Amino acid sequence: MQYLRQVWTIAAKDLRSELRTKEALNASLSFALVILLLFSFAFDPTAEMTREISGGLLWLVFAFAGALLLNRSFARELENDCLDVLVTSPVPASALFLGKALANWVLLLGIEAVCLPVFGVFYNVDWARQPGWLALVLLLATWGITVIGTMFSALTVNLRLRELMLPMLVYPMLIPCLMAAMQLTTALVAGQAPEGDQLAWLRMLAGFDIIFTALSVALVETVLIG
Amino acid sequence: MREKILYVVGALAALLLARNIWAMLTGLPDEAFQGAIFRIIFFHVPAAFTCFLLFFVALTASVSYLKTGRMQWDSLAVSATEAGLAFGAANLVSGMIWARIIWGIWWTWDWRLTSMLVCWLLYAGYLVLRRAVEEPAQRARLSAVLSILSFTVVPFVFFSIKWFRTQHPQPVLYGEGKMDAAYRAMLYGNWVPLLMIAALLVAVRMRQERRLRELDALRREAHAF
Repeated sequence: MQYLRQVWTIAAKDLRSELRTKEALNASLSFALVILLLFSFAFDPTAEMTREISGGLLWLVFAFAGALLLNRSFARELENDCLDVLVTSPVPASALFLGKALANWVLLLGIEAVCLPVFGVFYNVDWARQPGWLALVLLLATWGITVIGTMFSALTVNLRLRELMLPMLVYPMLIPCLMAAMQLTTALVAGQAPEGDQLAWLRMLAGFDIIFTALSVALVETVLIG
Repeated sequence: MREKILYVVGALAALLLARNIWAMLTGLPDEAFQGAIFRIIFFHVPAAFTCFLLFFVALTASVSYLKTGRMQWDSLAVSATEAGLAFGAANLVSGMIWARIIWGIWWTWDWRLTSMLVCWLLYAGYLVLRRAVEEPAQRARLSAVLSILSFTVVPFVFFSIKWFRTQHPQPVLYGEGKMDAAYRAMLYGNWVPLLMIAALLVAVRMRQERRLRELDALRREAHAF
């Protein structure tokens, strides 16, 4: 119970400070919109083609925007030695990690909620054909991105070249998660409810979340404290 | 003394490899469907096995480092990872040559190939991460964690062939696969010299790491004055 309260305290603290400054949120959101714009030059966005690759496009946008957001997650605590205080506080490292992951999850979901309608308008895609399933995929895959991203944010926080190291390590690790999310989203945007192979992708997404949440919670203390 | 053992192992591996290649080219008949190019399997598959074995060694060394904090484990982890990357590259490149002849293309974005490439990139990232950390204990700790996280991909590569429909040939050594006894013997027989080369590479790299640590200690001592 106390553990959950600690997780919540950290998450609320992160959300509050982010919503007051909006430094990562603004950057991440405008970056997401810029990439959405850039994609229109990469191919001829006819309705037929966009539907086929819409899942891939969306998740690339979310993954890029997520990296910006996640980079700040632990780096923000470097100023005024806040990280040292957090680590030496009675909050266990895993609660610190989960709290930060939770805050990042909410923020990234917020960015996605803004991007989805914009994407729908610009590329003429009706993304709300299977809203329930799409919401489930968004929740699961976004948790996958945040859990890996927050873990690597903790891992790289004290390195020089932090901004370069994070994406280089995060994206290969995220491939199974992104791949499943892309496949599912493409099918959902086309209006198909998941069945057969698609359910296997959904299971993979859930498995990915469980495995990496467990591993990160177990290892984050070693990363932050040693 | 130890140096001599390394030379002996290296010489033995070279001899065995030469003998195997001779036997492959003269003793074994061409495969019925693929012709001469099928012989790549004798390097392609053992290279993959060696690569995964070395990544597993890196995993155990990383866990041991986190438990004991002894720098030798960190040296073993980085040595095994580097050697594993070399064998992984051999696996990928030999597979690409085979694909060019049999499929007519160098690469296809199929699960088996893609997951192996992802695995290789992850471990390459491990080496890049090591370069970015200066303090040895911190470097060992962070890279050990990364090695543990990265290993989750290895079973995925190994079983991708069963879980997904892939273009890659189905396994011939386990499950329902069939392979002629002479081919099978050659495949395992050729794994032996590759394992010897792997052990040699790891041993040489570990020695370099030890020297590096000694040098580092001397430099620190000099600075202290």
